[in-house]
Amino acid sequence: MKPALVLALAAMSVAASAEDLTQPQAPQVQSWSFDGPLGHYDRGALQRGFQVYKEVCSACHSLNMVAYHDLAAPGGPGFSEAQAKVLAAEAHIPAEPNDKGDVFDERGNRIMRSGILADHFPPPFVNEQAARAANGGALPPDLSLIIKARQGGPDYVYSILTGFNQHPPHGFAVQEGKYYNPFFPGRNISMPPPLKPNLVSFSDGTPATVSNEAKAVVTFLAWASEPQLEARHRIGMQVLSFLVLLAGLLFLSYRKIWHGKPEDPGLVHDLPGTGTEKAPVGDPDSLSGG
Amino acid sequence: MAHSSYVPKTKLGRWFDQRLPIVRLVSDSFVTYPTPRNLNFWYVFGAILTLMLVVQIVTGIVLAMHYVPSADAAFGSVEQRIMREVNYGWLIRYIHANGASMFFLAVYVHMFRGLYYGSYKAPREILWILGVFIYLLMTATAFFGYVLPWGQMSFWGATVITSLFSAIDQIIPNLGTAITHWLWGDFAVGDATLNRFFSLHYLLPFVIAGVVGLHIWALHVPGNNNPLGIDVKGPQDTVPFYPFYTVKDGFFMVLFVIFYLAFVFYAPNFFGNPDNYIQANPLVTPTDIVPEWYLLPFYAMLRAIPSKLIGVLVLVGALLTLLFVPWLDTSKVRSCRFRPLMKQLFWLFAADCILLGYVGSQTADAAWHLGGIDFPLVWLARFGTLYYFGFFWVLMPWIGKREVTRPLPESIAQAVLAKGKH
Repeated sequence: MKPALVLALAAMSVAASAEDLTQPQAPQVQSWSFDGPLGHYDRGALQRGFQVYKEVCSACHSLNMVAYHDLAAPGGPGFSEAQAKVLAAEAHIPAEPNDKGDVFDERGNRIMRSGILADHFPPPFVNEQAARAANGGALPPDLSLIIKARQGGPDYVYSILTGFNQHPPHGFAVQEGKYYNPFFPGRNISMPPPLKPNLVSFSDGTPATVSNEAKAVVTFLAWASEPQLEARHRIGMQVLSFLVLLAGLLFLSYRKIWHGKPEDPGLVHDLPGTGTEKAPVGDPDSLSGG
Repeated sequence: MAHSSYVPKTKLGRWFDQRLPIVRLVSDSFVTYPTPRNLNFWYVFGAILTLMLVVQIVTGIVLAMHYVPSADAAFGSVEQRIMREVNYGWLIRYIHANGASMFFLAVYVHMFRGLYYGSYKAPREILWILGVFIYLLMTATAFFGYVLPWGQMSFWGATVITSLFSAIDQIIPNLGTAITHWLWGDFAVGDATLNRFFSLHYLLPFVIAGVVGLHIWALHVPGNNNPLGIDVKGPQDTVPFYPFYTVKDGFFMVLFVIFYLAFVFYAPNFFGNPDNYIQANPLVTPTDIVPEWYLLPFYAMLRAIPSKLIGVLVLVGALLTLLFVPWLDTSKVRSCRFRPLMKQLFWLFAADCILLGYVGSQTADAAWHLGGIDFPLVWLARFGTLYYFGFFWVLMPWIGKREVTRPLPESIAQAVLAKGKH
């Protein structure tokens, strides 16, 4: 009885000092081009990230809310309209009913057409069931809002993508068909390690390390989640500058009205009270003792 | 507002004034309205709240033009259409979503200011009670609004809150469940629920606007309270609302808007929950269902009580307690400036509300590890809840009768001019 108790206590004290394996590790904090009030997306990273999404992620993950015309929109990856058209044309989109009203050909195959700018990125699977069947029961989430839909945002997604290189700690059981990733809740993730060195070849000469690939695709997904970020940051500066100026003018008016001398031009108030009381109205804020 | 000082300057003005004296009403209410000359910074939040109500209604009407209240389409109509396709839809949505937080921030400052300076005491009881009604309506409106984007937190928040009514089952079996189903319009939160919540979310702000009208009316009959908490004794104690308080409210309003828009433009999701960017899924429950920050203290109270029914009663009681404050406070002195003991209990109460909010934001089984001992936060919530009710129902009536208050100044003007000489 006694040794068992001692052992149990020892085990508890060890558990208290060791890492809690039921909880994920905090994401690795990275610096991002879109951080801070002046942040904007690194165009090169957006284009490389699009390449990573297209060549790697899109095999399993949809990006339903992004359309091909977005690729040429201001604040986005900066493709020209012609380039976006070519990228759209590479996509196979389920066609609208033809002049006979059919969407299937004589052999029963779904009629497809090439994409146009107005099309959204086509999903890799026709429905959730197909996606689960192809992924061992797991559903690869749509990535349109993934950066905003996860605590930790871009740092979290980056950590997941680069977090497969760690061995599970001693005694941690990785479930069948899953992978160890210390940043994922529960640490068992269904997604196999998606990135490898030189998995893609970047045309701008950026070395295709796992870290560079992850950084690029996270930047691209951050843009997909928040395509208006650059406009937001720019308009914010304009609006706030105006308001600071307005606040300054109002402050001067406020000072003049509350502390100005009655003979000041534009300061004719029909203040009640005697003449001596008229001059100092009293500043309630400098007076307030709380 | 005992008598009107408006004199129409033109013939047309006179003609109009005899038929519909609306210009007179505006002039008496917002131009010549005699206002205590010693109102401090904490009195600008009434004007800020009026602005926030207007901002929320205007942005809300525009959002409703693009929003689709259907379980299938709602999430897409917000995240795809409004956030990506509508011109500046993202801006209007972020202004509206952050506006809700700012509205509550301002209303809490406004309420605590009223508590501190005893603004609920005679003759302003109705003014205070109307304010409590506005707050309750705001809470309902914010709850309905949070459901509309139909994200995970929308759906599960709606489920948790509406399910509170099922606690009535513990008194009358099946009645609570029947009420819950009636509220849902279905056997689960779904399309019918979303549609009625949208309808109510559109309706209630106009009800709020109406009660705000009554609130301002009830303010202008006795006139403003002030930091000294003493009555206005004559014209020497007041200044006309215009230009003294229009410029002051205007200045602080712009500062508040700068603070507000800094979130809109640079941290638009600061107050939000990432889970609400995931479309509602009745089959997947989020690990932690948390309400928006402004409801966290009440959420902590709810979770502090093991019995669901009593928890719900405590939650409702905490809100309804505010209605009785004018009669719970027995003190003859309004302002805490002259109530040394009440002042300390007030700040303790403010800290208590923040503490409850903190506990509400943590998981239900969270604990503090203090020197090897686990202190479950649920106990913190229990003590916090006890103090919340104790403050209003025990301390307020009791302290009011026994407390030795500081001497009150003779008049506002005397206090202002005496201080001005230092």
